[in-house]
Amino acid sequence: MAERWTQDVKPFLAKWALVAVPYLWSLLFFLAPFLIIFKISLSQTAIAMPPYVPVIGGLGDFLAKLSDFTFDNYVFLTEDPLYYSAYLSSLRIALVSTILLLIVGYPIAYGMARAPKSLRNALVMAVILPFWTSFLIRVYAWIGILKPEGLITIALQSLGILGPDEQIHVYNTEIAVFIGIVYSYLPFMVLPLYAALEKLDATLLEAAADLGCPPTKSFWVITFPLSLPGVIAGCFLCFIPIVGEFVIPDLLGGSETLMIGKTLWAEFFNNRDWPVSSAVAVVLLIILVVPIVIFQNQQKKA
Amino acid sequence: MIEAVGPIKRKFAPWDDPTLKPFIRFENVTKRFGDFTAVDNLTLDIYEREFFALLGPSGCGKTTLMRMLAGFEQPTEGRILLDGKDLSGIPPYKRPVNMMFQSYALFPHMTVEGNIAFGLKQEGMDTSNISTRVAEMLELVKLEKFAKRKPHQLSGGQRQRVALARSLAKRPKVLLLDEPLGALDKKLREETQFELMDIQMELGMTFLIVTHDQEEAMTVSDRIAVMNHGVIAQIGTASEIYEQPASRYVADFVGDINLIDGTVTAVDDGNVTLHCAGVDATIVAEAGPGEVTVGAEAGFAIRPEKVQISLEAPPVGTPNVLSGEVWDIGYLGDISVYRVRLAGGSIVKATVANLTRIVERPITWEDKVYLTWPADAGVILLK
Repeated sequence: MAERWTQDVKPFLAKWALVAVPYLWSLLFFLAPFLIIFKISLSQTAIAMPPYVPVIGGLGDFLAKLSDFTFDNYVFLTEDPLYYSAYLSSLRIALVSTILLLIVGYPIAYGMARAPKSLRNALVMAVILPFWTSFLIRVYAWIGILKPEGLITIALQSLGILGPDEQIHVYNTEIAVFIGIVYSYLPFMVLPLYAALEKLDATLLEAAADLGCPPTKSFWVITFPLSLPGVIAGCFLCFIPIVGEFVIPDLLGGSETLMIGKTLWAEFFNNRDWPVSSAVAVVLLIILVVPIVIFQNQQKKA
Repeated sequence: MIEAVGPIKRKFAPWDDPTLKPFIRFENVTKRFGDFTAVDNLTLDIYEREFFALLGPSGCGKTTLMRMLAGFEQPTEGRILLDGKDLSGIPPYKRPVNMMFQSYALFPHMTVEGNIAFGLKQEGMDTSNISTRVAEMLELVKLEKFAKRKPHQLSGGQRQRVALARSLAKRPKVLLLDEPLGALDKKLREETQFELMDIQMELGMTFLIVTHDQEEAMTVSDRIAVMNHGVIAQIGTASEIYEQPASRYVADFVGDINLIDGTVTAVDDGNVTLHCAGVDATIVAEAGPGEVTVGAEAGFAIRPEKVQISLEAPPVGTPNVLSGEVWDIGYLGDISVYRVRLAGGSIVKATVANLTRIVERPITWEDKVYLTWPADAGVILLK
């Protein structure tokens, strides 16, 4: 019996204990809160504490209360154009930001991958360095740079490009949101691109040149296609969180920028409409599950 | 001076024809990387349709020389001419040479077909001609069935063939082969060597091969340049390099050699008498290159297969006899190698072809043996 324990049962338990930890973690901190949110989204608003009427009080009246489940909140989302345009605006901002990130991040990653080996680790450190400061503080710093009386205005005024009374009006616009997003998410784009480009065998480019392909063309026929796994990883790593981004549009975008993260916040804290904001959150999750599944399939292939 | 190798390759020796112009010319080429001189004031002529080998240990400058011809490196000094045209300043993608890379450098995201067609597409060849040429190339390297595969779905030998087909597809004036068979196992390597020779003759191109494998260089090439520290130690046909090595370095690098050191005691009409105090013997042999003077330190070099080993003492008065004790015997199947320990403790190797299937050999360990050789079998090389 003891032999069976050490040979079969113990390794089996050890293996499952190891796997069970992350699963329990996800169950506890992701699935359970999600189910609570989902439950709230099916209930009705009430001026109370908490500000909703619980649908299920206990197991006893479960069946009785089942008829009280309401999809009104979801129906409401389709009726008010605010939500519809907030979702669309979020997707648009995320898409444009991701493209901007790719355009900005690719040359950086390419330069890092082509840098002398002794420099590469230092360059990777430089990309990660901003993480050592709080994200929130870094976004606040952009306010100081972008605001009408901020650093950019001062710099341009002192260079004589702007008159003493003129100011740059970027703060509280969508441009400021793009600047903030591209700045904040750049490492998430650069690192996967760098990982893909660094693996690229330089002799492939020599072979392409040898066969008559000029360098600019060999970038598009060799380098870029071979870095596609990195491009896809970087784009998804940026696109998915940007869709739900709240802090950057809230701090830099002002009232003009409509994003679903901000709408959710306003619904939850300003309107105290927990059921509707929960419905907003559930729909957002469903929208994002699609690209996440695509991303995971891509990763499996790579 | 060159022997006919076979029925197809009759006397081919353009380097002996003073009226012919070299096809590739390295003219006083020097290449430095910082303090390191990879190629040192090297001049070399290669003729059209020649299969030329650059042979040497790693770091001797052979690969750098080839990369300069391909255009991946620029000479620090000197120039390279191809068909009379100076190549300096011409980028690799405009040179009429193609290279087969040591790592093959196949494009992993393209099929076999795609890889072979790549160079043709760059030329702007039209689609139907490309597919004809690709089919031709696939047939040449016997990979018709693998056209749609990706490189990672092929074996090492198949990848090597794709790389060869890709580099031949554009019909370059010169094909450069950088250690092309290094990754293959011995049997496949030998087969491929002969295939390479056939392909070269069929297509009539000039091939330049870089290798550190002397057997490979000797098998495939018309001429070999043995390189050392950025300079050419000797250029010649395989048999010239093997039978008449110009220096100790060449003698030692190409094939197996016995070197017995001594002092020159007499020089008479090309024959040198060498007193070898170490092994207590006097050897008379032909002088190699360089002026040999009485009193000079020199060495007698002889290939192991030219040394005859015998249990019986040769008649008194026979010149060039060494005696010793059998120290070691190596049985290699086709030949046996006898390592004979001479009086002074130095070892001389003698190989004997195993002509019969008798397992018991007359000569065995610790036997006292006599080593003799024909008068012209060895050569005197200066230190």
